[in-house]
Amino acid sequence: MSKKIVVLGGGTGGTIVANNLRRHLPKDWEITLIDRDDRHIYQPGMLFVPFGIQKANTLVRSRKKYILPDVNFVIDEITHIDPDKKEVKTKKHKFSYDFLVISTGCKVVPEENDGLMEAWGKNAFSFYTIEGAEMLHKKLKEFDGGKLVMNIAELPFKCPVAPIEFVFLADWYFKNRGIRHKTEIEFVTPLPGAFTKPKASAVFIESAKSKNIKITTSFELNAVNGKEKYIESIKGDKVSFDTLVVVPSTIGDKVISDSGMDDGIGYVPTHHNTLKALKHDGIYVIGDATNVPTSKAGSVAHYEADVVVFNIMSEIHGVKPEEIYDGHSTCFIVYSKGTSSLIDFNYKIEPLHGMFPAPKFGPFSLLKETKMNWYGKLGFEWLYWNVLLAGRHLGAPPTLVMAGKEVG
Amino acid sequence: MSIEVNGTSYATDENGYLLNLGEWTEDVAKKLAEVEEIDMTEEHWNLVNFLRGYYEEYQIAPAVKILTKAIANEKGMDKKDASEFLYKLFPKGPALQACKVAGLPKPTGCV
Ligand SMILES: Cc1cc2nc3c(=O)[nH]c(=O)nc-3n(C[C@H](O)[C@H](O)[C@H](O)COP(=O)(O)OP(=O)(O)OC[C@H]3O[C@@H](n4cnc5c(N)ncnc54)[C@H](O)[C@@H]3O)c2cc1C
Repeated sequence: MSKKIVVLGGGTGGTIVANNLRRHLPKDWEITLIDRDDRHIYQPGMLFVPFGIQKANTLVRSRKKYILPDVNFVIDEITHIDPDKKEVKTKKHKFSYDFLVISTGCKVVPEENDGLMEAWGKNAFSFYTIEGAEMLHKKLKEFDGGKLVMNIAELPFKCPVAPIEFVFLADWYFKNRGIRHKTEIEFVTPLPGAFTKPKASAVFIESAKSKNIKITTSFELNAVNGKEKYIESIKGDKVSFDTLVVVPSTIGDKVISDSGMDDGIGYVPTHHNTLKALKHDGIYVIGDATNVPTSKAGSVAHYEADVVVFNIMSEIHGVKPEEIYDGHSTCFIVYSKGTSSLIDFNYKIEPLHGMFPAPKFGPFSLLKETKMNWYGKLGFEWLYWNVLLAGRHLGAPPTLVMAGKEVG
Repeated sequence: MSIEVNGTSYATDENGYLLNLGEWTEDVAKKLAEVEEIDMTEEHWNLVNFLRGYYEEYQIAPAVKILTKAIANEKGMDKKDASEFLYKLFPKGPALQACKVAGLPKPTGCV
């Protein structure tokens, strides 16, 4: 057997996996990581850009700087995957592999939402790209009262708590500027609640109420009308706005669907617990590129990376991959500049109250708005660049830990 | 919780979703549809069978978007017409209601 591992996509998941594998495998294993550019974006920071809490240019760093020198980093567009030949094509090269890790993420496609492009940058915005977040920052600075609507176009989408955080932050921001009394905020979602998990949803709805934020649920976006300033659902319901912030439709990367490996919307059908591609041997999938039923979040990509490295190592040693991953996800939910909540859950166990990561001592509180959680959120950015991307361990298992959680 | 079909009892979760996918039969589906106040037509069965086939292949319920795309392709409709068609069949939302009749577990959405 040749000894080649190719990792597709050098974002959160791909960088962690490549570095982690490099630490574990002897030198005769060649590890190649491919991405289309050398701009690694700290995506969680994009939530802060519209409110001026963080500057866009501080979120982008060179990918190369965070990839171990013994990983072969290639900058090129990946154009085709051939699972039978075990070969990947990029615009300029061809790579064969023994193991492939797909971590090509997902992206928003506003072109897919009727009417959205006509209103784009005029009265419709999104903070899901750096450019979008900057445009929205300008708009919010000029905002002088009126109705702000946050809409999620369609499921699935990335970082399911970000839109909730956005409206909480908007409430804080407008209060700070003294224009909250002449500002209406409405959250419009296709989900039946503020969030899919009932306990957390109830807590978020309560918080929204206390902040006078209106929530409209089960709204499936059909079209945006920027001229007449409303969004319309498939059922024909209308919600009017002055400024619209939207999470546009989201799909997996084109290379997945072009290679005929997707579920119909660009995601790779993936085993929920081994993270192996359901239909192909030698291929593992992590992060936003999978179709597993948990959040599309960086924490998920990080936990999954541990499992994928473990299973590739197992296979190299002739052992079958293990069903380890449990859907574990951990997310801060920012309430204001200075306070945050936190949720920790998996496929089966919904977010619960309690302390995290240590029982009793925390220091973080689950499903509760605290100052300490905000410091956690701030500290996370440092941790991301300096510890997590390097594929280093925090000493915790990738799966959900029940200690510290209040059951029942 | 459970439902009763032809003298046999089938376990469901608290929202009325069948607990054992393997126990599903057309009669069970009819009963589940009755609870949802849906008259099963051929189009309903087509969709239910599509869902079951998809679940068997991918071990997950498809996103609404996948359903709309499949219908749009098959019937030569645009996205909006396909969505309206879906909601006509299953007014409370194709994902939630149709999955229930198809005997799939409650979809967790994207989270
Ligand atoms: C506004 C916002 C806030 C967020 N907040 C949080 C948060 O607080 N906590 C949290 O855990 N997560 C958060 N996330 C989500 C998190 O950033 C992502 O889930 C995470 O980055 C996913 O990692 P990934 O490796 O799957 O994909 P990505 O990090 O997106 O990486 C995918 C990579 O693949 C490359 N690629 C794709 N296709 C090709 C191709 N054909 N050729 C070459 N290269 C290709 C891309 O260039 C990209 O670098 C947030 C996201 C957003 C948008």
